[in-house]
Amino acid sequence: MSGTLAEKVWDAHVVRRAEGEPDLLYIDLHLLHEVTSPQAFDGLRLEGRPVRRTDLTLATEDHNVPTTPGPITDPVSLTQVQTLRRNCEEFGVRIFPMGDREQGIVHVVGPQLGLTQPGMTIVCGDSHTSTHGAFGALAFGIGTSEVEHVLATQTLPLKPFKTMAINVNGALPDGVTAKDVILAVIAKIGTGGGQGYVLEYRGEAIEALSMEARMTVCNMSIEAGARAGMIAPDQVTFDYLQGRDHAPTGADWDAAVADWSALRSDDDAVFDAEVDIDASTLTPYVTWGTNPGQGLPLGASVPDPATIGDDVDKAAAQRAIDYMGLTPGMPLRDISVDTVFVGSCTNGRIEDLRTVAGILKGHKVADSVRMLVVPGSGRVQVQAEAEGLDQVFIEAGAEWRLPGCSMCLGMNPDQLAPGERSASTSNRNFEGRQGKGGRTHLVSPEVAAATAIRGTLSSPADLELVTTAGE
Amino acid sequence: MEAFTTHTGVGVPLRRSNVDTDQIIPAVYLKRVTRTGFEDGLFAAWRNDPDFVLNQPVYANGSVLVAGPDFGTGSSREHAVWALMNYGFRVVISSRFADIFRGNSGKQGLLTAEVAQDDVELLWKVMENEPGVEITVDLVAKTISAGDLVAPFEVDDYTRWRLLEGLDDIGLTLRNEQDITEFEKSRPAYKPTSVPRSA
Repeated sequence: MSGTLAEKVWDAHVVRRAEGEPDLLYIDLHLLHEVTSPQAFDGLRLEGRPVRRTDLTLATEDHNVPTTPGPITDPVSLTQVQTLRRNCEEFGVRIFPMGDREQGIVHVVGPQLGLTQPGMTIVCGDSHTSTHGAFGALAFGIGTSEVEHVLATQTLPLKPFKTMAINVNGALPDGVTAKDVILAVIAKIGTGGGQGYVLEYRGEAIEALSMEARMTVCNMSIEAGARAGMIAPDQVTFDYLQGRDHAPTGADWDAAVADWSALRSDDDAVFDAEVDIDASTLTPYVTWGTNPGQGLPLGASVPDPATIGDDVDKAAAQRAIDYMGLTPGMPLRDISVDTVFVGSCTNGRIEDLRTVAGILKGHKVADSVRMLVVPGSGRVQVQAEAEGLDQVFIEAGAEWRLPGCSMCLGMNPDQLAPGERSASTSNRNFEGRQGKGGRTHLVSPEVAAATAIRGTLSSPADLELVTTAGE
Repeated sequence: MEAFTTHTGVGVPLRRSNVDTDQIIPAVYLKRVTRTGFEDGLFAAWRNDPDFVLNQPVYANGSVLVAGPDFGTGSSREHAVWALMNYGFRVVISSRFADIFRGNSGKQGLLTAEVAQDDVELLWKVMENEPGVEITVDLVAKTISAGDLVAPFEVDDYTRWRLLEGLDDIGLTLRNEQDITEFEKSRPAYKPTSVPRSA
């Protein structure tokens, strides 16, 4: 019987299927962090239950950790981190604490260790778990009760998701990135367009992306309301995995690749919905509003709510424009920012940092701009420093920080002040997300770097124009 | 989870509709790392009012809350259920519950008994005529009795079965633990573990 990629992975994990009941799905990997796990462990304790498979469970500290040297000063943050450490010790779960080379954002850590592999089911109490779908894994965020359920049983009772194909046909123009693709997808289908679906990104433009770029795309599936995002594994996936710490070796590797090669939607598979996007029409995208669906090409202007037909959208646009302190009709390129944030589980990987360093090299961050570069993990930090990227950032006037979630959500001290405006490579531009009253424009690493130099929302192409004119 | 067949306890009249989860437990209490101790945050804002029902000694041991329609609206926080249960409530009676709250309650063992609004009014009268009166909630017969009043209540069959059996989600899954063990035997050998390779 033919099926989609998501259906194949689902079917391979059904422990129990009974009429009128949700499927009981086996979970191959359970990732934990300090914010959504404490009550789950407490629940186990109250019922006297152990963790069923500590060997399929891994914890890291990320949301609360400071990105400057020194201990956690916020008492609530400290309590959450200490509680995770205590719980991991008591229940026998491997943990990467602050300062460990392997510590980092949970969705950066899994892939770089080779723990994220095609055809797996992966869960974490974090909505951006969709990131791991880039490997052809079925990966999705869960709530704290579900965390407890997985800890106790290594399974979850779930009703099947619907499937949606996102066909990104043709090739991306030069200077257009994975981040622009996903921002364009969300702008097209809306922040609720993916609700109840697993999105499968397909097409020439997706196949041409690196593994890390594919993670950026899948990461933001949740911003379209989807449970998960997936990309069929291929040679790019296998090449990325081979040789990593937890990747199979020898005969296991061959067996794995044979299985993984069958993980693709059959030609006659039927999706519940399909969306087509012409890659050749895409340009760098930025958000102007307060949800990730409120994005436009960088060359566009702030929309005029008066021209929006739908009353709900019109009111939302007006509210967003007021909050963001913008004027309808203002070119997006004229928007000046105070802060540029490079990092997060969306764009905090080594390729992202190389891109930013490549653009910053020989330039200075504008005087009016503070720029934070936060590696996604200890490994990314070490690699970046080995390549001298940290020196490029520092010489340009940016701050080079320690790994963590940082300003993506401001649970640690890295926050925007009220009214402060950022260009951010993260994933959410909600009101107050990066700090109370803060204003966020979501951008690609390329746009972040160019914006830091010019002080206004810009793409690297804008820098070349200036340089040429100057000469 | 503790099985629930019948419960008798002091009824607490809460004459308010649309009691949302921010009122049940304000966001400031969500920073905690435990599943217990949330009773101090229960209806925190309202408890600043000395006349609030839970501040009256006669209701100190209340365990059956009788509230107005649309109880539990708003945020999906499970802490709302924990707060009610930590305080000592075993049953909430209302003519209408928000879906997520009702779902969360069923999973934790808090009975949400849905009764006609006319019966809620009658229950309130009984409790106000005789503060501290005990209410008996019989999940087998699906009835509520207080004084001479006997009223039927609704609860979906699945939730009722789970409460009668004392099965939480995990308990339910573990009834089929053999299936999980069998499945684990069939997993491909190449699947990774989080155990360090060098160890």
